[in-house]
Amino acid sequence: MIHQKTRTAGARPSRVKLNAELFAAFFRVGIFGFGGGPSSIPLFHQEVVKKYKWMSDDEFGDTLALANTMPGPIATKMAGYIGYRLGGIPGSMTALVATVLPTVFLMVLLLTILQSNKDLPWVSSMSAAVVPVVGVMLAVLTWDFLKKSGQSLGWGKAVLLTAGAVLLMEGLGLHPAFLILAVLIFVFLPFNKGGGDE
Amino acid sequence: MIFWQLFIAFLIPGVLGYGGGPASIPLVEAEVVDRYGWMTTQEFGEVLALGNALPGPIATKMAGYIGYTEGGFLGAAVALLAAVGPSLVLMIGLMVTLLKYKDSPKVKNITKLIRPVIAVLLGVMALQFFVESADEAGIAETLLLAGASLYLLEVKKIHPAFVILAALAYGAATAFI
Repeated sequence: MIHQKTRTAGARPSRVKLNAELFAAFFRVGIFGFGGGPSSIPLFHQEVVKKYKWMSDDEFGDTLALANTMPGPIATKMAGYIGYRLGGIPGSMTALVATVLPTVFLMVLLLTILQSNKDLPWVSSMSAAVVPVVGVMLAVLTWDFLKKSGQSLGWGKAVLLTAGAVLLMEGLGLHPAFLILAVLIFVFLPFNKGGGDE
Repeated sequence: MIFWQLFIAFLIPGVLGYGGGPASIPLVEAEVVDRYGWMTTQEFGEVLALGNALPGPIATKMAGYIGYTEGGFLGAAVALLAAVGPSLVLMIGLMVTLLKYKDSPKVKNITKLIRPVIAVLLGVMALQFFVESADEAGIAETLLLAGASLYLLEVKKIHPAFVILAALAYGAATAFI
């Protein structure tokens, strides 16, 4: 967890500009995220790491891991925390509103206009076409994490850990929160010397 | 008191739902249909179907819409706050605590060890999306869309938003043919 407030050093954007950027970033995440919060993770990555560089890849991975150990919707935990880190409580509010409100508004509007939700073949056909795209985006992000893992741990260790995670989560049905907690506990165990030796 | 009921109804799924919004939907249904009887199972299913077809987090779309139908705009605000607030406060609290120890070599080690776990989580999710798409749209269609989007995203480096828009347009167009 090597988080530093990367944006506080150097030219610091004004509060208004920061909030406008937060709003734009998380508005796009909300409005282009089909398939619920978890499927919008690649979009978060695109905005937060690639476009605005608010976090490094590592910080993003850590934040995602922590978010996964806690209950509740993942998209709002990510948006709310990233907003908080960059702009305090106002930043957090901006990020939340941008993530949540446009799509809630759309939902209320559509359902109110239609009274009851009859079949909307074109709406569901549009969403169905996005599903494989989200699949590709997630697969690309998966590969990113695997590659980084191989580089930092060495491929032997990385493959071993990955296989272990697959076995525990998919084979034995262990909830990811427990696995992440187990890693956290392992790192803090007294006999684990940790740090810098690999 | 409808606002209190809305708060409780969406607080419980928010606090107990591990695995993000989609995982908490059965918990929402238990409150909204079984406990408070605001909707029938059928109605809940219809709202969920439309919610799934629209973009954005599903938990907040459900909370916002059901809050609105039961208690107007204030109801929507109360339900959203209950769905989002507690887990966000927990998240910020934990991250701020960990930040204090960010220079500890042990904490630095977490990043390395947690990466494969995150990779597996994302990989499994990717697989689920491909399987779902193959079930609904067929394997040929899935391969076509996946291949095209891989090419556009990774080779042409086109922004994901435009690729998603293109897929939406494709979906709408094929619905009318």
